[in-house]
Amino acid sequence: MSGIVSPAPTPAPERGALAHVGHVLRENPVTAVSFAMFAVIVLMAVLGPALVPYDPLATNAARALEPPSAAHWFGTDHLGRDVFSRVVVATRLDLTISVAAVALSFVIGATLGAIAGYRGGWVDAVLARVLDTIMAFPLFVLAMGIVAAMGNTIENIVYATAIINIPFYARVVRAEVNIRREAGFALAARLAGNSHARVLASHIVPNALPPMMVQVSLNMGWAILNAAGLSFIGLGVRPPTPEWGIMVAEGANYIVSGHWWVALFPGLWLMLAVFTFNLMGDGLRDIVDPRRRT
Amino acid sequence: MAGAGHPVLWRIVQTIPVLIGVVVVSFVLTRALPGDPAVYFAGAMATPESIAEVRAALGLDQPLVHQFFRYCAALLQGDLGRSVSTGQPVVEDLATRLPASLELTLCALVLSCAVAIPLGILAAVRQGGPIDHLCRILVTAGVSLPTFFTGIVLIYVFYYLLGWAPSPLGRLDFVYLEPPRVTGFLLVDTLLVGDIETFFGAARQLILPSVTLALFTLAPIARMTRAAMLSALSADYVRTARAAGLAPRTVLLTYALRNALLPVVTTLGMVFSFVLGANVLVEKVFAWPGIGSYAVEALVASDYAAVQGFVLAMAVLFVLLNLVIDLAYALIDPRIGFSAK
Repeated sequence: MSGIVSPAPTPAPERGALAHVGHVLRENPVTAVSFAMFAVIVLMAVLGPALVPYDPLATNAARALEPPSAAHWFGTDHLGRDVFSRVVVATRLDLTISVAAVALSFVIGATLGAIAGYRGGWVDAVLARVLDTIMAFPLFVLAMGIVAAMGNTIENIVYATAIINIPFYARVVRAEVNIRREAGFALAARLAGNSHARVLASHIVPNALPPMMVQVSLNMGWAILNAAGLSFIGLGVRPPTPEWGIMVAEGANYIVSGHWWVALFPGLWLMLAVFTFNLMGDGLRDIVDPRRRT
Repeated sequence: MAGAGHPVLWRIVQTIPVLIGVVVVSFVLTRALPGDPAVYFAGAMATPESIAEVRAALGLDQPLVHQFFRYCAALLQGDLGRSVSTGQPVVEDLATRLPASLELTLCALVLSCAVAIPLGILAAVRQGGPIDHLCRILVTAGVSLPTFFTGIVLIYVFYYLLGWAPSPLGRLDFVYLEPPRVTGFLLVDTLLVGDIETFFGAARQLILPSVTLALFTLAPIARMTRAAMLSALSADYVRTARAAGLAPRTVLLTYALRNALLPVVTTLGMVFSFVLGANVLVEKVFAWPGIGSYAVEALVASDYAAVQGFVLAMAVLFVLLNLVIDLAYALIDPRIGFSAK
């Protein structure tokens, strides 16, 4: 996309996919940083409980609400629990919720979208109406309603987050499948005697994967925000469990008395995680689809 | 379609299936209550007989289709059930609290449009310049901000540290007298009775929550404005206008911006979805007495009729807002009104 005032430099000729990835990473070091941050977050989720200095649930009334120090890097909360340990340990739960939710909506959305895009006709029309109905709700509010109706548990947070994300995936896949339904390679595969299901699954859908991956990365950040928001208002995760949203909610009570660290660190961590996924999504989009770069 | 009136009518007609869908989903959510709603509504002291009585009274012993029509009939009469925690009909609760939410949401939207649209334009005009980079950082950071967290940080900085903001407890400090309720919008009601002091009191309470919400909505609007302006500026009609020697200002505002506004207005629909959701969180943080905090209180108290009423009300509000946006679209772009739909 060339600007009027300062035209962008013409891109260097590419050699291959790897060279292209390398080019994008050099061009936009922020993307490289986001991949590194992602690695750190995953590491924290996997090893977190083994790394932290304190038991995230151990209370110590004698050291309640202490500001950050060498012993307690992020200070302690109103029960004397170490905020740093709780923040790190919470990574696993928050990531699990959002990964599970995104995976569910990926699978369900891709299946529905692929069938609708391939079959067309009434299947397509019905799916479009159902998706419109989901999108007719403010999505966070719908998630609240679903959790309220199905019961206040972590699994239901996952289901609610998955349901509100399904339309995004279904629409991407439907569009990608629809334009390739009559493509030469799809017709050829059909002519070679493959069943509809096989053509769809192994010839058409793989083409939709790159835009889907971008969607996943952009969606992950949103799913984390959503899950944390739900637990912030008291849904899903129960109090002693370390989770970013609930920790911010607990810390909010102490912010007006100046105990900023209780809410600040979990909030910052949450922000950092979401930021990482969003940056990565933008970076992935640059790699997958250079035309959409903005 | 012939004539300008038809497409608008057609657009209004199109909202009907969506509204029906919303009602069906909301019915399913209501009937999917955890456990038996009859046991729940019968209360703690219920006997099997009283539960059966409540079941019959609620129509829960009827087939599902029958129950659905009962539900719709109740909806048409504006009956969303009774809130267990306040003892009031849910509709009345929502109606008293809705203006607080709308006032907050509208202020936030106006604020964020006022910042985001000029920012997006400048970023597009000076692509690659410092403002463009600022815009990019703001856009990526903005969508990563958890609204509830931004709100808390703002309270800490502006209330606790600097002491500029009033205490984050609702719409009006207790030293002010609430104006007689006309519209429910405090900013309007205080002006109606000419109470300037209370007007500023209400405005001061409104600033932090509006900024919190606006920061959240800034990103999508700025991003869309920038992208739309970029594509408008590289269009042939802008080149032609420039070649014809029109003033840069005219080209930018009359030619490019007017065309770029269309995708921006479309984005507003999505932004509303986020705003109405984020509203719930912001209202909880600032103890704002709107329908969002009402729903949160109801959730905590397992007051399901109130929650489902809230979800339905929000969905209807959102559908209507989208309708208004699409109609505004037709106003901005006269071509929409006449094009085949």
